Amino acid sequence: MGKSPTTKDDAQALFQSLRSAYSATPTNLKIIDLYVVFAVFTALVQVVYMAIVGSFPFNSFLSGVLSCVGTAVLAVCLRIQVNKENKEFKDLPPERAFADFVLCNLVLHLVIMNFLG
Amino acid sequence: MARSLGFIIVLLAVTSICDAVAIFHPISESHRSAALELFSPAAGSFSGLEEAYEALRTFEVLGIEKPDTKDHTCNSVVDTLSSSSSNLKDLYHSLRVNGLLKCKTSKEALTGTVSRLKGGVKEATTLLDYYYSVGGLLLVKDQSSEVDVLLGNADGILRSIKALSQSDGRWRYSSNNPASSTYAAGVALETLSGVISLAASAIDENLIGTLKNDIVKLFDSIEKYDDGAYYFDDKVIDASGHQGPLSATSAVVRGLTTFASTSGTLNIPEEKILGLARFFLGVGVPGNSKDLYYQIDALSCLENNRVSVPLILSLPATVLSLTSNDKLKVRVNTVLGSIAPPLSVKLMQVFSSGSKDAPVLKEELKFDPKEAIHTMDALPEGVDIGEYVFAFEIVLSDPEDKRKYATGGRTKVPIHVTGVVGVDNAKLTLLEGDSVESEKKLNLPGKNDVALSANHLQKLHLSFLLTTPLGKPFKPHQALFKLRHETGVEHIFVVGNSGKQFKIALDFLGLVEKFFYLSGQYDIELIVGDAAMENSFLQPLGYVELDLPKVPEKATRPPSQAVDPYLRYGPKAEINHIFRVPEKRPPQEVSFAFLGLVFVPFLVFLIGLLRLGVNLKNFPTSTVPATFAILFHGGIAAVLLLYVFFWLKLDLFTTLKALGVIGIFLMFVGHSTLSHIASVSVKVKSA
Repeated sequence: MGKSPTTKDDAQALFQSLRSAYSATPTNLKIIDLYVVFAVFTALVQVVYMAIVGSFPFNSFLSGVLSCVGTAVLAVCLRIQVNKENKEFKDLPPERAFADFVLCNLVLHLVIMNFLG
Repeated sequence: MARSLGFIIVLLAVTSICDAVAIFHPISESHRSAALELFSPAAGSFSGLEEAYEALRTFEVLGIEKPDTKDHTCNSVVDTLSSSSSNLKDLYHSLRVNGLLKCKTSKEALTGTVSRLKGGVKEATTLLDYYYSVGGLLLVKDQSSEVDVLLGNADGILRSIKALSQSDGRWRYSSNNPASSTYAAGVALETLSGVISLAASAIDENLIGTLKNDIVKLFDSIEKYDDGAYYFDDKVIDASGHQGPLSATSAVVRGLTTFASTSGTLNIPEEKILGLARFFLGVGVPGNSKDLYYQIDALSCLENNRVSVPLILSLPATVLSLTSNDKLKVRVNTVLGSIAPPLSVKLMQVFSSGSKDAPVLKEELKFDPKEAIHTMDALPEGVDIGEYVFAFEIVLSDPEDKRKYATGGRTKVPIHVTGVVGVDNAKLTLLEGDSVESEKKLNLPGKNDVALSANHLQKLHLSFLLTTPLGKPFKPHQALFKLRHETGVEHIFVVGNSGKQFKIALDFLGLVEKFFYLSGQYDIELIVGDAAMENSFLQPLGYVELDLPKVPEKATRPPSQAVDPYLRYGPKAEINHIFRVPEKRPPQEVSFAFLGLVFVPFLVFLIGLLRLGVNLKNFPTSTVPATFAILFHGGIAAVLLLYVFFWLKLDLFTTLKALGVIGIFLMFVGHSTLSHIASVSVKVKSA
C-alpha cells in the first residue's frame, strides 16, 4: 500500500481540493458561475454549427456568438462586484451592480438584435 | 480702322436690304379646315358661352356653315339672360352669342338685362365691369330696337374709364391694381367707343381728342419684327390669364378699329397698320382655338376699318423656272382674301443675292380681272438662275383710295430662279510628266464609261465648263470628284474653278499616302449640284486602274469600311444575364438539430439552478414593494419581448422610441425595488 503517489493520484487530489474549496463559495456566486458556463456553451454550439455549415450569413453568426460572449463578460463583471471578498468593491451595494448588469445586458441585446438581421 | 468702318457700313447696308424681305399670304382654305377641326364642339355642344362665341364668330368671318348646336346654345343663352344670378360677364357673353345666333328672346328678358347692365355701368369700379356692361348695352341696341339703352352720363363714364389710363398709353384694370397691360388698353378703347355710340347727348370734343392722343401714345410702344410685322407685347400676366403678343395685339386692333368707326379717323401711320396685318398673317395657322379666334377676329377688324385697310401682296409661287418659262404672278388682296380696289403692281427693282444696289425698272404687271392676278410675261433682262429679291410697289388707281388703304410702299419678296445649266467640253486626261498619255472626251450629264490605267508617276486631269441659260459662268454649291476603291475606301476632291472653267488635277505621286497605298480599280464619280440647277447630277464616269507602290511598314491602314448599315440596326446577340448564385444553405435537418442543441445549455442552466437550491425567499411580501418588484420583472420581460418584435418586424426607430418609454418606466420601478431590497439587507446586516 505504500506506493509512491502517481500523477493520477495527484490530479485526483487536486480536483478534490478544488471541489471542496468551490463548495464554500456563496450560492449567489455559484448562480452567476453557472450562468457564465451556460453562455459559453451556447457560444461553442454556435461555433461548431458554423464550422459545419459555413459562415453565411456572417453577421448572424457574429451577433449570436458575441451576445453569448458579451453576456458572459457582463456576468463576470457582476461576480467581481458582488463578491464580498473583493476589497475593491466594498462600498458598492450589490443591488447597484445588479442594476448595472441588467442595463448593460439590455443595451447589448438591442445591438445584437439590430445586427442579427 | 477704316477697314472695320467700311465693313460696318456694308453690314448695315446688307441688313437694311435684308429686313422686310418676306412673303405673307392672306387667309386661305387651310384656315377654314383648321377652324373646323379646332372648334368642333365636344359632345355636340360648346363648353361655355365664351367658347361658343369664339367658334361662331370665327365661322362667320371665314364663311363656314355654323354647326348644328343652335338649339342647345340658344337654350343656355335664354337661360342666362333670364336668370337673376348671372353676373355682367355671363350676360355679356350670352348677348354676344345671341347676336350671332339670333335666338328668340322675350322682351321682358331683354328689359331686365338692360336694367341690370345699366345698374352695372353705374356701379362699375373696374375696367372689366365697364367693358361687360357697356358692351352688353351696345349688343342689345343692335339686337332690339324696342329697348332703351342710351346712357345719360356718357361724359362722366368716359372720364372714369380714362382715369384708369396711364401716361404710356396702357390701361390699368382697376384703380387699386397698379399692373397695366396693353390688352387692357384694347379693352378700354372698345369700351370707350361703345360709350360714345350709346351716348344720349353729344360728347365733349376735347375728351375725344385726348383719347385719340392716348391711342397715338400707345402706338409708340409698338414692337417690330425684321420681316415688317408690328405687334404689341404684354409682359404682364393679368388676372384673366391673357398673355402674349397675339391676344394683346388683337385686343388693341379691335379697340382701335371700333374707336375709329365711332369717332373718325386717327393719325396712325399706314405702315403700322400694314405691319399689324402682317403680324397676324405671319402667324400662319395657329394650333389652338383661342389663338385662331384672336387672329381671325383681328383680321376681320382690319378688313374694313376706318383708319386704313391693309392690302397684302402675295405670290402663289416664288420659285420660277427659266426652262418652263414660268411667268411671274402676283396677287393683291385684303387680309381675308377679298378683292382689292383697282390698282396696278409695278416691279421696281430686282436685287441679286447680296447686292445692295439695283437699277430701277418700274415695269408694270398686266392685270387679269378674271383670275385677279397681276402677271409679268417675261422676266426682266439679265435675270439668270439664282436667288433674287424683287421689290414691288402697289399704285392705287383712284387717288381717293390712298387715304383708305395701306399699301406699304415697296414690298420686297424673295424669288428663286432655276434653270438648266449647260455642261460642256468635259474631258478626262491622263498625263505623264507634261505630255498627254490619253484623253477621253466625256458626255455630261449623260452616261460615260471610261477605262484608264495609271501608275503613281502620272497625273489625272478633269475639266469642264458650266454655263447658265444666259451664258454666264456658274458656281454650283457642290462640284465634287470621287474615287472609290474596290474595297470601298472613298476619296473626295472639290473641283475648283476660274470663271466658267472647272478643273481638278490629281497628282498621284503626292496622293500615294492619302490613298493608303491601295492599288487596284478605282471607280470615278462626278457630282455637280445646286438648288437653282434643274439638272444636278451624280454621274459614274468609269474606272481607273491605279498601280501604286507597295505598302511600307509604317503606313497607316485604310479605315475599315462600315458594316452594312442595315446590320447596324438589326437584331443583336442575345444577352445572357448571370444572376448571383445563391449561397449554399445547409439542409434543414442539420439546422433544426443545432437549434435543439442550442437550447440544451439553457436546460442545463435551469437544472443547475434547481440543484443549487434557488428560491424566492427574498422576494418582498408587503404589497407596495411586491408590486414594484413584479413590475420590475415585467418591465424586463417587456423589453425582451420588444427585442423579439424588433427582430421580427419593427424598425430601429420605433424600437428605440418604445424602448425609451419602457426604459424610463423600468428605471423608476427598478430603482424603487432595488433600493427596497438594499434597505432590507442593510437592516438584516445591522440586526
